[in-house]
Amino acid sequence: MSERSRTGLLAEKIGMTRFFSDAGEHVPVTVLRVDHCQVTGVRTAEKDKYTAVQVGFGRRKAKHTSKPLRGQFAAHKLEPSRKVVEFRVPAGSPLPDVGAELVPSHFVVGQFIDVTGVTIGKGFAGVLKRHNFGGLRATHGVSISHRSHGSTGNRQDPGRVFKNKKMAGHMGATRVTMQNLAVVGVDDAQGLIFVKGGLPGSEGTVLMVRDAAKRALPKDAPMPAGVRKKAEKAAEESVS
Amino acid sequence: MNLLQKIEAEHVQKMQSAKKIPAFGPGDTLRVSVKVIEGTRERLQAYEGVCIALSNAGINSAFTVRKISYGEGVERVFPLYSPRIDSITLVRRGDVNRAKLYYLRGRRGKSARIAERRQEAPSASAESSAA
Repeated sequence: MSERSRTGLLAEKIGMTRFFSDAGEHVPVTVLRVDHCQVTGVRTAEKDKYTAVQVGFGRRKAKHTSKPLRGQFAAHKLEPSRKVVEFRVPAGSPLPDVGAELVPSHFVVGQFIDVTGVTIGKGFAGVLKRHNFGGLRATHGVSISHRSHGSTGNRQDPGRVFKNKKMAGHMGATRVTMQNLAVVGVDDAQGLIFVKGGLPGSEGTVLMVRDAAKRALPKDAPMPAGVRKKAEKAAEESVS
Repeated sequence: MNLLQKIEAEHVQKMQSAKKIPAFGPGDTLRVSVKVIEGTRERLQAYEGVCIALSNAGINSAFTVRKISYGEGVERVFPLYSPRIDSITLVRRGDVNRAKLYYLRGRRGKSARIAERRQEAPSASAESSAA
């Protein structure tokens, strides 16, 4: 994580659709919505012994927020967020102001990103689904155990099943990071990011979106973060 | 209309503004000009046949065109809003009683004909807005 030079942001998965590029190619895209993604705090080397940016996503009623968290938000006079996450940044790098709102144009169209989220839970899954086993034969004397894993080892020697043997069990609902996904488009007015390909989790889950760890950051990427301008923010508040 | 539908509608609008798509439906004979890349240069290739299916699904809308090519039935599915489609020309309107004309697959010659739809009566004009 430390190799990323900027903070990431949080976004909600809306769903998938398709775009046609100007070249006529069909591009499958996942739509992410950045809704009230604010910087809720910063961690500095002097005070906290590490450097990070704390980012909150969405809104939560104060009465639904725990008392300690409420105090954290109140200290900076911020509206409570639905989810709060810290993004580590290298020591000494410029940090965004607390209370700044991150916008989709934090990411540049064409750049690569990493997305972290929790996959859809599959429950207790058999070996065919969980480990792509082939199963047993449909006929030739196989009874009842068509979808079983078959043998799990030898006989008296070693007399046990080796650790990490692929067997049936709980599948999904794990934290997964997908790397090197292309940003197809950003829309600040509606707060949308369009990412090529599928992303973990069901629709409505909040995902961590960061610059790709294994690709160079484009030079025109905003530093330390892409934030909403003061004037825009005031205008938006007067409308709502 | 949820957010995803709104995004798709916007993209459909963008794709539609580039070219004019005539109102057509199953049973109509169409000429579809497809952009084909040959080596380094691009040219247009016409594909003419009967539209046997039209699926209206926002940006995912597609239509199937069937023709008999050298005695062999050929069907091609085109994404309606694909930029690879240069133009769609309505050649002939057909009078059919089905939304999907898959029954044409089993037919040849005389029985695979489709009667031409005559000049629309005022009451039938609402139907043509489907495309």
